[in-house]
Amino acid sequence: MSLLEGIIEAFSLILTLDPYLIKIALLSLQVSAVAVLLATLAGVPLGTFLGLKPRERTRFISKLLYTLMGLPPVVAGLVIYLLLSRVGPLGFLGVLYTPTAMVAAQFALAVPIIAALTMIGIRSSGKEVQETARTLGAGRFLTAWTVVRESRFAIFGAIVTGLGRVIAEVGAVMIVGGNIEGHTRVMTTAIVLETAKGHLELAVGLGIVLLFISFIINSLLYNFQGGGKGSVW
Amino acid sequence: MGQLFTNIRKIKRNGPVFLLLVAAFCFFLTGFLVSGCAQDADPAPVPEQNGEESPANGDAEETLPDEFITLATTTSTYDSGLLDVLLPAFTEKYGPEVRVISQGTGQAIETGKRGDADVLLIHDRPAELVLVEEGHVTDRQDVMYNDFIIVGSPKDPAGIKEIDSLDEAFATIASGEHTFVSRGDDSGTHRKELVFWENAGVEPEGDWYLSVGKGMGDTLRMTDEKEGYTMTDRGTYLSLKDTLDLEIVLEGDPALFNQYGIMAVNPENFPHVKYESVLKLIDFMVSPEGQEIISSFQIGGEGLFFPGKGVED
Repeated sequence: MSLLEGIIEAFSLILTLDPYLIKIALLSLQVSAVAVLLATLAGVPLGTFLGLKPRERTRFISKLLYTLMGLPPVVAGLVIYLLLSRVGPLGFLGVLYTPTAMVAAQFALAVPIIAALTMIGIRSSGKEVQETARTLGAGRFLTAWTVVRESRFAIFGAIVTGLGRVIAEVGAVMIVGGNIEGHTRVMTTAIVLETAKGHLELAVGLGIVLLFISFIINSLLYNFQGGGKGSVW
Repeated sequence: MGQLFTNIRKIKRNGPVFLLLVAAFCFFLTGFLVSGCAQDADPAPVPEQNGEESPANGDAEETLPDEFITLATTTSTYDSGLLDVLLPAFTEKYGPEVRVISQGTGQAIETGKRGDADVLLIHDRPAELVLVEEGHVTDRQDVMYNDFIIVGSPKDPAGIKEIDSLDEAFATIASGEHTFVSRGDDSGTHRKELVFWENAGVEPEGDWYLSVGKGMGDTLRMTDEKEGYTMTDRGTYLSLKDTLDLEIVLEGDPALFNQYGIMAVNPENFPHVKYESVLKLIDFMVSPEGQEIISSFQIGGEGLFFPGKGVED
């Protein structure tokens, strides 16, 4: 099959809302959205906390975060697999080869990115905002919230970057999800499988959907980096 | 900063509202997560069973628990499409849904040993018998067999089509340094291939021998692109034939028979194994009904699998 034929076939699958393709795309979005939401709840507070600390005192943890940002997804997948496997320490949960395991792996990939990028964003202006807020009589919680609010574009950028990374990732979800049809098959693992099976039109179709989602994510990112012109807040 | 001042005053005033928002967000998130997990824990749809909480009328045929079992199998089995026919027939008859993880045989065995699946369907008979011996699995049955074939580009640069013996074919490929693509993934097919090289008295090494570490479908595709040779099970080859420019260059050598076995992960090692449903599945596979589905499964007018046992003990 030529690439052109593949693309034409792929568009017809997308336009006719092929149920297999739609189901996979939705599961991808669901898993990645939950993972990124959780990673946001963990990563933004951590990044804010670190961003407000003096740079010298967070040198080691910063290096650690930057390293983890580049963590190869298969390594994250392998670690989560060993943890969740029946003979592993969390084996009693019985969640290996479920969407929950995939959320865990993607969470592990997204947290360092969101925390590190939040930290960088807060460092650029957070101190000033923090002092101002204090001067205006804000308590500790309110101060932190104000800092986060004032750095919201950087933080949105961090979240969207995290989402972009996890949704396009294949190594980790393949290992911990097992690519089970209808349960843990997401876009990237389906592309691997359909390519192997020679169903190239389906693989290309999924690839186009993935690219489209990636385009939306990056458009959002572009807006945030532009300081929120055409913002969504 | 003036705006900031207003913001702070606003937040101070709206503090409780904000907290409520956070709570709502967490609530929403939990709901989302739970729905994600619940979807996963959804019982299999059981035909002719009308939502009784725990059917306890003692009729073993109809009262299998409402559950799913996890089957670890090999890429070659999965890619052939047989399970797409076989497993729905089982689910319709008995209830339990079967979730399939397709891996290389080595990985599938490891998955079973770790208790991460309930049942294995693989094809490495010697290794399977060792698994039974060591108590990792129980209730092993010979389900079906197919055969391996050697395929290559129609140009056949090594002239394998003129050769009938597997040993000689492998020796010819090696001595002529013709490209050979190996699964290289510790699958049953890969393990078999290594035995064949050994039998042919050849060390598969050098630029001509490409160990790609992939499933059968990928390996065939790469063989096509490289215009080389590879060893494949007939099923995967037939199911992909139309998308490949590869021909059978050698078949029929008795060494090429490929026996598939099904076996339960030992419930004594892993109490969570859904043993009752697994036994039902094993029985179904070797029952006349299951064997009939296997033997009538065809692609392009050719049968892929032969029911039962095709090797001598």
